[in-house]
Amino acid sequence: MKPDRFTYHAPKTIDEVIILLNGCPDSKLLAGGQSLMPMLNMRIVTPANLIDLNRVRGLDGIHERNGEVVIGAMTRQRDIEFSATVHERLPLLAEAITWTGHRQTRNRGTIGGSLCHLDPSAEQPGIAVAMEAQLEIVGPNGLRSIPMLEFGSALMTTVLLPNELLTAIRFKPWAPGHGWAFTEFARRHGDFAIVSASALLELDKEGCVSRVALTLGGVAAMPLRISVAEERLLGTKLGPADIEAAAVLCQNIDALDDPQIPKWYRQQLAKALMCRILPTALSRAQVPNQ
Amino acid sequence: MNAPITTMAHRVVGTKARRIEDPALLRGKGRYLSDIKLDGELQAVFVRSPHAHAKILSIECTAARQLSGVVAVYTAEDISKELTKLRMPLGFPSTTLQSDITPFVLAYREVAFVGEAIVMVVAESRYIAEDAAALVEISYEPLEAIVDCRKALDPAAPKVRTEAISNIAEHVRLGYGEVTQAFNNADHVFHEEIFVHRGAAHPIEGRGVLARYEREKAELTVWSSTQMAHELMHTLADMLGMDQHFVRVITPDVGGGFGAKYLVYPEEIAIPAVARTLGRPVKWVEDRMEHFLSAIQERDQYWYVDVAVNKDGRLLGIRGKLLHDQGAYTPQGINLAFNAASSISGPYIVPTYEMDVYACQTNKAPVIPVRGAGYPQAAFVMDRLLDRIARELHIDRAEVRQLNLIPKEKMPYAKGLRSRAGVAAIIDSGDYQACQKKALDVIDYAGFAKRKAAARVAGRFIGNGVANCVKGTSRGPFESALVRVSPTGRVTVYTGAMAMGQGIGTSLAQVCAEQLGLAVDAVDVTTGDTGHIPLGMGGFASRQAVMAGNAVFEAAREVREKALKTAASILEARIEDLVIRNGRVEVNGVPGHGISLADIAKKLKGAPGYAMPKGVTPGLEAAYNYQLDAQAHANACHACEVEVDPQTGHVLITRYVAVHDSGTLINPLIAEGQVHGGIAHGIGNALYEKMIYDATGQPISTTFADYLIPFATEIPKLEIFFIESPSPTNPLGVKGIGETGIIPVAAVIISAVENALMEFNLRICEAPVSPVRILELINKSKTTEAGT
Amino acid sequence: MTTFNSDEKKLTVRLTVNGDEHSCDVSQRKLLVDFLREDLLLTGTHSGCEHGVCGACTILLDGETARSCLMLAVQAEGASIETVESLANDQAGGDGLHPLQQAFWDRHGLQCGFCTPGILMSLAELLRTDMDPTEEEIRLVLSGHLCRCTGYQNIVAAALDAAASIRNGGRR
Repeated sequence: MKPDRFTYHAPKTIDEVIILLNGCPDSKLLAGGQSLMPMLNMRIVTPANLIDLNRVRGLDGIHERNGEVVIGAMTRQRDIEFSATVHERLPLLAEAITWTGHRQTRNRGTIGGSLCHLDPSAEQPGIAVAMEAQLEIVGPNGLRSIPMLEFGSALMTTVLLPNELLTAIRFKPWAPGHGWAFTEFARRHGDFAIVSASALLELDKEGCVSRVALTLGGVAAMPLRISVAEERLLGTKLGPADIEAAAVLCQNIDALDDPQIPKWYRQQLAKALMCRILPTALSRAQVPNQ
Repeated sequence: MNAPITTMAHRVVGTKARRIEDPALLRGKGRYLSDIKLDGELQAVFVRSPHAHAKILSIECTAARQLSGVVAVYTAEDISKELTKLRMPLGFPSTTLQSDITPFVLAYREVAFVGEAIVMVVAESRYIAEDAAALVEISYEPLEAIVDCRKALDPAAPKVRTEAISNIAEHVRLGYGEVTQAFNNADHVFHEEIFVHRGAAHPIEGRGVLARYEREKAELTVWSSTQMAHELMHTLADMLGMDQHFVRVITPDVGGGFGAKYLVYPEEIAIPAVARTLGRPVKWVEDRMEHFLSAIQERDQYWYVDVAVNKDGRLLGIRGKLLHDQGAYTPQGINLAFNAASSISGPYIVPTYEMDVYACQTNKAPVIPVRGAGYPQAAFVMDRLLDRIARELHIDRAEVRQLNLIPKEKMPYAKGLRSRAGVAAIIDSGDYQACQKKALDVIDYAGFAKRKAAARVAGRFIGNGVANCVKGTSRGPFESALVRVSPTGRVTVYTGAMAMGQGIGTSLAQVCAEQLGLAVDAVDVTTGDTGHIPLGMGGFASRQAVMAGNAVFEAAREVREKALKTAASILEARIEDLVIRNGRVEVNGVPGHGISLADIAKKLKGAPGYAMPKGVTPGLEAAYNYQLDAQAHANACHACEVEVDPQTGHVLITRYVAVHDSGTLINPLIAEGQVHGGIAHGIGNALYEKMIYDATGQPISTTFADYLIPFATEIPKLEIFFIESPSPTNPLGVKGIGETGIIPVAAVIISAVENALMEFNLRICEAPVSPVRILELINKSKTTEAGT
Repeated sequence: MTTFNSDEKKLTVRLTVNGDEHSCDVSQRKLLVDFLREDLLLTGTHSGCEHGVCGACTILLDGETARSCLMLAVQAEGASIETVESLANDQAGGDGLHPLQQAFWDRHGLQCGFCTPGILMSLAELLRTDMDPTEEEIRLVLSGHLCRCTGYQNIVAAALDAAASIRNGGRR
């Protein structure tokens, strides 16, 4: 299993990347390589040009800017895992990243690579959807920014044009004291999730849910926000009946179906996982002071 | 035969010796097939069928041949010019198999499974060879495929290959005793339909072969990652029309076998054939995709069985039918199906038995044994039946097993069946009831009901299981050994036994070292080199501890006796007064009065005019082919506890206890390691591993992301215990161990899962069982419950 | 014997491997694992799956584990790579084995040895920053590797032994 021939490019700047993307119509961008290299080795993809992003300046890093946490697309998952900023401001991402692959793959894998690969079961797209991240994209016409919810167009396909590059992901942290929880069900440790679930919530000073985001991964082509379940929880104190009701609403979504993992199973998992993370998220949430 | 000879003052057998293989492997200095580099070597790639069944209409290789760096491209027609025949010989002799059932070296006119090799490209690098392979144009006429082995009984089903007379490769009926009578007189008869699927072997090193032909001497040297060097040598001689003296097979370090390398494959014939013609070494290294598609694997077995018992739960008889998925070709024989059917009774007394075995051909990769070789399936079926009996008769599962286990007092116990060679199966020794008792004690089986109830109150579903197995571990007819002390003092063992990670080198070194008063690492062991030893059988069926161990024992003993006799003559001492220690033979109590083994060897190599010492033949060496027709039977009892999550179907193994009896252990550390590995593989078979094909015969699980081999996070802490019932069948008293670890695992885990979900009143009659399936069974039981 | 010159474009890659500097011309698509094995003749690193699951190809790239079957050789430009061959220190006394290698030997932590080099590199990475890992942490690190022979148990025991040895003054 060896790759087919290609011309290798190692640009040093974002501008060079755009020029290459414009000039080489049949090209693939190489980020961490954990998803693309297997496909190259198996000759599932055979691009004429391979544009290596690993030497491009300015594509990695975790910064706070204007109240947001900006993560460069080429930031290694390992750096996200050990970032104090991420732990403090984006604890849901910090938790989800530990479920992503293995230490050995997180050393090289990048958040940008995961988002652009857009596997339905991947953890990072799920968090980006949960947190309504904004994606910064550079193209020949300059910068544009789109919400994560609009990033996917079809199964494992993004709206990125062939000559565009995802440069950064902007996360707006939830208020200090918010509750969060992530879990997934996978066959073995580190495997892609069959179904993943995440919850973010904020409580008002009465202890009622004032803001909530419930996201399921692995049930559809893109991670799904379950707004009916979110609406059900708003204003409640997240008692057992509320949790159960929200979880049932999660079970009722129309899920992916395949011979190995049928729809009903994903639906049942969705319910079970949501039931498990809501109490955890609640336990982490703090009622704000007066 | 009596107890083993352990009167040696210098005890090495039975010690936890560190392995002599390890230092090189740890330093990255192992020499596996793909590590060997010969000047000018070429790399080969095979173009493989994308269809499960198709006619080959045309093959166009021009573009491939013209690619820079491509040296040659071969179709079946091309390569048949290099071979005495295009079709592989049948691995094991048979008078009953259909003819024309073995694979082709390259497919000719028709392909019968996805992955079958059609064209071989030879180029300067693997990269270029793969480029060229993509340029080969083959046009096919797809044909209907038979995918579900149960369809083989339907005469209207598509034929697996146009040439096949029937989709049933072979139908065999096994049995003994008055089965009908037993069933008629039984208090109870229960029927079960059981599905067992075992997957592929997946050694982390795939297959590989490298060949070099030296024209001037007309000598062929072949390196292969194989479990059967001598068989490969003979097959090469046969297929290439050469005499065996001009064919040498050398086995490099082998990165695991597990049965996948216990076969002479088409690739192992094709590569040497073209190396001979091209005059340059040619190498093929299997990649993982190829292993998924074209290495042997095990797959489906459908069992339809009835068991007859009396009201106490005592077994009276078992009968039924087995439909076994054999794959598109039968390269060796149907021994896997035969083994499974003939080992159902395992360690239990089954007075009457009858099984109709159908080896069914399908358009999928050929099937021969993977580690366990049919015994895991048999143990699974037997244990499902015993659990059924326990449930129906309200007897404890451990108790019903204890009741039916062959008691120690009945050893040696003649089982009803005969082997393929027609020899009555006799279990030599073992205390099965003691093994089970120990396992149950260690895991506190008696206290489980209480723990289970407490867990249930806390909303947790836990279950336990116990399972037993037996394995014959001395498959004959022989194994070879040559023990030689050189005049330099170096001690070498040559053997037809094969190393594949199981530490056979160290084990044999221990046996030899004990006889010659040496440290383990003073003995070199060379396995699987046909240039050094002319006969050998190889590594399979957990046989080498017995067969090679005793071959080395006998040869080393003979060398020892020669050394003593020679020393006695030279030192003018009595043999009884001599000891062998640290490479020297000395008069006991007079260390200065001695002679080194090296000097004895010098003496025995001969000098013109000087006679050999009286009664001593030339050379401080001895060769021995150890023959044994009886079977030394190893056994085990496994017990486990699991926790099942009824909302996700996840199974967590919370405790795993294994009590093993492999007779005298040559190296307890190595033995334990074998059990660890077997159990881990068995956990894969119970919960994770499935080779999935779609309805058209396309393999779906073709990467390690789809085909799930357990990681370290999926394997619990394993508690292993040994009981030693020396085997009376052989001088060392040893029994094999390579496969006993895997045999009862699926049985014990599934039993525990079923037990954990007892309140759902479901029965699990299949392995592997996935979380989806568990939830499906729970849902079904709830619907049934709701409906009543 | 003439060496075949492929018409594929080659790039020069300069890197350090096990402390030795190299400058080599490699084809653009050559995998790092193949470069190490074929061009540098460091055959201790093995290729088991070529799709990044089995971990047999694991090396240290600038001190962090990476699957060398999922990297191109040209991507290692300027990098410092460590393979299994760098673990033993034959200048030191005794066997010269790294504590991990010694522990694997003592604990029967390998059988066929094919997955072992990759696992040694992952454990070496772990022990450089965490000298007192729990069994669970060790199994998490090992989950990036497939071993078909050992069932992992003795590998875990060996890792714990090696950690203890390093804590007690053995070298890292």
